[in-house]
Amino acid sequence: MNVKKLLALPLLMSSFLSPAQEKGKPYQQQINGTKLNFSMQPVPGGEFLMGSKKGKPDEQPVHKVKISPFWMSTYELTWDLYEPFLYKDYETTNSTSPVPENVDAVARPTKPYLDMTFGMGKENHPALAMTHYNAIQYCKWLYARTGVFYRLPTEAEWEYASRAGSSSEYAFGDDASKLGDYAWFAENSDGKTHPVGKKKPNKWGLFDLYGNVAEWTYDQYIPDFYTKVKGEKMDDPVAVPENLYAHVIRGGSYDAKASDLRSAARLASDPIWKQLDPQIPKSNWWFPEAPFIGMRLVRPVTPPSKAEIDAYYNQPVIADY
Amino acid sequence: MENKELRDKRREFLKTSALIAGGVFLNQFAFAGGHFSADDTIKIALIGCGDRGTGAAFQALSTKENVKLVAMADAFQDRLDNSYKALSTKFKDKVDVPQDRRFVGFDGYQKAIALADVVLLVTPPGFRPMHFEEAVKQGKHVFMEKPVAVDAPGIRKVLATAEIAKQKKLNVVVGLQRRYQENYRESLKRIQDGAIGDIVGGQVYWNSGGVWVKKREASQTEMEYQMRNWYYFNWLCGDHIVEQHVHNIDIANWVKNAYPVSVQGTGSRAWRTGKDYGEIYDNHAVELTYADGAVIYSQCRHYEGTQNRVDETFQGTKGRTYLSGSNQAVLWDHTGKEIYNHPTKGNKNPYQTEHDELFAAIAKNEFKFADAERSAKSCFTAIIGRYATYSGQVIKWDEALKAENSLMPDQLTWTANPKVMPDANGLYPIPMPGKTKVL
Repeated sequence: MNVKKLLALPLLMSSFLSPAQEKGKPYQQQINGTKLNFSMQPVPGGEFLMGSKKGKPDEQPVHKVKISPFWMSTYELTWDLYEPFLYKDYETTNSTSPVPENVDAVARPTKPYLDMTFGMGKENHPALAMTHYNAIQYCKWLYARTGVFYRLPTEAEWEYASRAGSSSEYAFGDDASKLGDYAWFAENSDGKTHPVGKKKPNKWGLFDLYGNVAEWTYDQYIPDFYTKVKGEKMDDPVAVPENLYAHVIRGGSYDAKASDLRSAARLASDPIWKQLDPQIPKSNWWFPEAPFIGMRLVRPVTPPSKAEIDAYYNQPVIADY
Repeated sequence: MENKELRDKRREFLKTSALIAGGVFLNQFAFAGGHFSADDTIKIALIGCGDRGTGAAFQALSTKENVKLVAMADAFQDRLDNSYKALSTKFKDKVDVPQDRRFVGFDGYQKAIALADVVLLVTPPGFRPMHFEEAVKQGKHVFMEKPVAVDAPGIRKVLATAEIAKQKKLNVVVGLQRRYQENYRESLKRIQDGAIGDIVGGQVYWNSGGVWVKKREASQTEMEYQMRNWYYFNWLCGDHIVEQHVHNIDIANWVKNAYPVSVQGTGSRAWRTGKDYGEIYDNHAVELTYADGAVIYSQCRHYEGTQNRVDETFQGTKGRTYLSGSNQAVLWDHTGKEIYNHPTKGNKNPYQTEHDELFAAIAKNEFKFADAERSAKSCFTAIIGRYATYSGQVIKWDEALKAENSLMPDQLTWTANPKVMPDANGLYPIPMPGKTKVL
């Protein structure tokens, strides 16, 4: 399977967009059969310089990247949108019509033994502590519900969206003292997540890219990935994940220092986040010691083929010993 | 297994070397139960090969000591096979369990225990008293998971066996891992030194979305079905107030340094009412009343889509505290000033610490761990919580401990019937306060 191709989106079909989902316009996605919906912001295609000379070695060299247009969810995914996927009985009682067979058939997370809100609150708070696998399965559930292909952002898409045209350390400039206007992080979060959308958005209308929860990207974390750039620029680059560890997370969290929130800062998932899981094999679904990880959705403007979509959602589960 | 002669020789050697070394074994427990292999290999048997049992064996084999898994037992062939595969792949030369040391069925535990120095008792809790009794009878050190029993007769057996284990100087560690977790150890030290005064009240919670469920399969006997879907049957699980919430109740008893004299409460099945959910409740709220008049409130529920909370809070005459299994521990004085805040990062894995400390003691022939009695008493606190919610009565500790109502089936075979059976619709009798007799 060529996931890179899938993500790079060959322009082989003119997408059938409803008026509400017009290219380059924001829209509301209804989760069919429920009263839930969420909003998506357009991110125009374009070129940018990925990485930072001021950052860590893994952020270099700074290199030119071309990104195809997509939509990104305005906010981090909240528990409100996540729990009908997590709990089947809850999904049934919160559905406005019987749960369709193809939705029912999607594998669901094991119920977490612990309180995965970690006492930080649920309503409008970001869903968190899910694994990379769990995050992708959520997208699969959403696809079954809506018929629309949602997926995780690639690392390059995430950085491009967070920069929103800027080339500075943060989208608003290099001065970290302004970060509190845009982000919940170690200095202002009181050690917990906050309801999404309470800080200023960036120029493309995206909230909380910096801080609150760090966000999964699709990519494998390869420290020297940027050194492998060949030619003048990379088109829709992605480090297709083959191993369970590590994946790239971006944006820093309520628990992170300012420098981890920079647009170019790369962080990596860590098996130690599962040490409090006493079972073997360890859960494919939860990180009991990563209350700082959440997710955000992306929808490419040109959707891939059905076969490619299925391949994305149905990658083999890697057991975690 | 080595013969008795070799064992005696090793014992003799240890005694002699202690004399010669003149105080190497200063510890009065130097001749604790010990392990008596010809070399210094500590041999382990795993009793209960589910995901938690496999996890416990991973932890035992990850200790620094010279350990080897030599026997495995489980009621089910498939659980044993999966566990063996995971263990032998990961630990290779530390796993020496040929076919004839893999025991399947209800009675395999006796043979597996006989082959080891240390046994890991990790089956569903209903079997624990029986397995613990056998392990101590055979003179083995023990790691056993919580809960250690599901009813009063089981608790009495564990308490009696705990005494014998002490006499034989056998180390017993119980998987109430908060006792081995750094935030709890640090904060409890301070609380017991009086940092927040005398504890007058508290609240302990396990409110989560619930656990797994296994559907009935047409080929299964009633016994096999209940064994597979064991969480929902009291003779195996004890209800979730016992199976999970015991962790938080144990913290209440630890903080109080005492056990309640009486318990009352209320509970029901609000969400989980279908035939897949056996006989247990999905919510319990109880008050634990201690001899000094302190009352600690305990709440546990398995509801989907509600607020979740798994933690403990206590109020003392000089301050208060917040504790949780996510490595949190904060102490405040009576004015609200923070006096301790445990760092939540960089903590050791308490599940590993249990085994690190147990196996280190065994390797040094020290007798350091006698967790069974206090664990049995915390489990019993949870059990009388269940007695209270099922009956609607005030349950007194001393009276309840004498109860004769064993939940264990009379016979343990795949064709025998457990005591609680489904009706024609596949539904089980549900405890009804005011009607259900528990004592």
